[in-house]
Amino acid sequence: MTDMTNNTVQEYDAQLGDYFALLKPRVMSLVVFTALVGLLAAPVPVNPVIAFASILFIAIGAGASGALNMWWDADIDAVMKRTQGRPIPSGRVQPGEALALGVALSGLSVMMLALAANLLAGAMLLFTILFYAVFYSMWLKRRTPQNIVIGGAAGAFPPVIGWIVATGSFSVEAWLMFALIFMWTPPHFWALALFMRSDYDDAGVPMLTVTHGRPATRRQILIYTALLFVLAVGTGFTAIGGPLYLAVALVLNALFLLGAWRIWQRDEAAAEADNYAVERKFFRLSLWYLFLHFGAILAEATLRPWGLGGWA
Amino acid sequence: MSLRSEHDLHRRRKGRNVGVGLLLGGFVVLVMALTYVKITQTDFELPAAQREVNN
Repeated sequence: MTDMTNNTVQEYDAQLGDYFALLKPRVMSLVVFTALVGLLAAPVPVNPVIAFASILFIAIGAGASGALNMWWDADIDAVMKRTQGRPIPSGRVQPGEALALGVALSGLSVMMLALAANLLAGAMLLFTILFYAVFYSMWLKRRTPQNIVIGGAAGAFPPVIGWIVATGSFSVEAWLMFALIFMWTPPHFWALALFMRSDYDDAGVPMLTVTHGRPATRRQILIYTALLFVLAVGTGFTAIGGPLYLAVALVLNALFLLGAWRIWQRDEAAAEADNYAVERKFFRLSLWYLFLHFGAILAEATLRPWGLGGWA
Repeated sequence: MSLRSEHDLHRRRKGRNVGVGLLLGGFVVLVMALTYVKITQTDFELPAAQREVNN
């Protein structure tokens, strides 16, 4: 008997890890954390099983939109050094598989979140997936230098969804958490674009550094960071804030603004001389910035039952 | 010796298949846990049509 499979043996079979990589696990970890903070900061307690399932389905939904993004952007991912190792450009996963996985997981996550939590949470997850995969990835990313600002909105929805899981409705506090991520994203990514010099140029993505030049990007980083300062510190006086959050926000925003000021004062010659040390430092700080702000919101919420969190 | 020798293709795909099996098993357990929580919550109400059948 002849083994027919001999004729169709592939060089490489995608492993589970390759499909997992399509879901952008690092972005998913941020989504899990911020959605969890949104859920726990809400004034309504949630059953632990429902909370776990909801966060899981929000993460799967975020992963699904990541897979759809990788399917659509495979051509530019193959050009950029930072993304060449992704499953599709490296040939480990076929584009059609990524599309199928993205669509299937989107449907599953939205349906399951609506069942596990509430319809509004499911609808909001669907909106977020469509916003990121269609509105941002397919439509605006390659058309406008404001792509990062718009993409940032997609990344800012998870705490709002977490809040809706608990309360079943929107509120000012949820939108404040949204605004924190939304305003944080542009300086975070533009700093990256400054020191990952040629990547976006090669891919033809209209990054602000390419369309408006590097001095304009440095100025925009400072403007967004200054606005973020007001927003982040102001949040300290709302229901999700408190003394601990305010202290964290004051220190981090002072450091962040100082970093943005230094970036604005430099020109390309100075940046090249020290291999973009100031921009790299600002980027690393931005990672801590978001983590610690949401960590502080979580701490305030966790301390509240003992009468320690918040201003009350 | 088994009648059907294991092809390299099967061996390579084994890890993936076991992984998918475990994920599906986990999903079943999660849905069961969610169902249990939903029907034991104090504010759980049967759909109106079901209530009429019971009465």
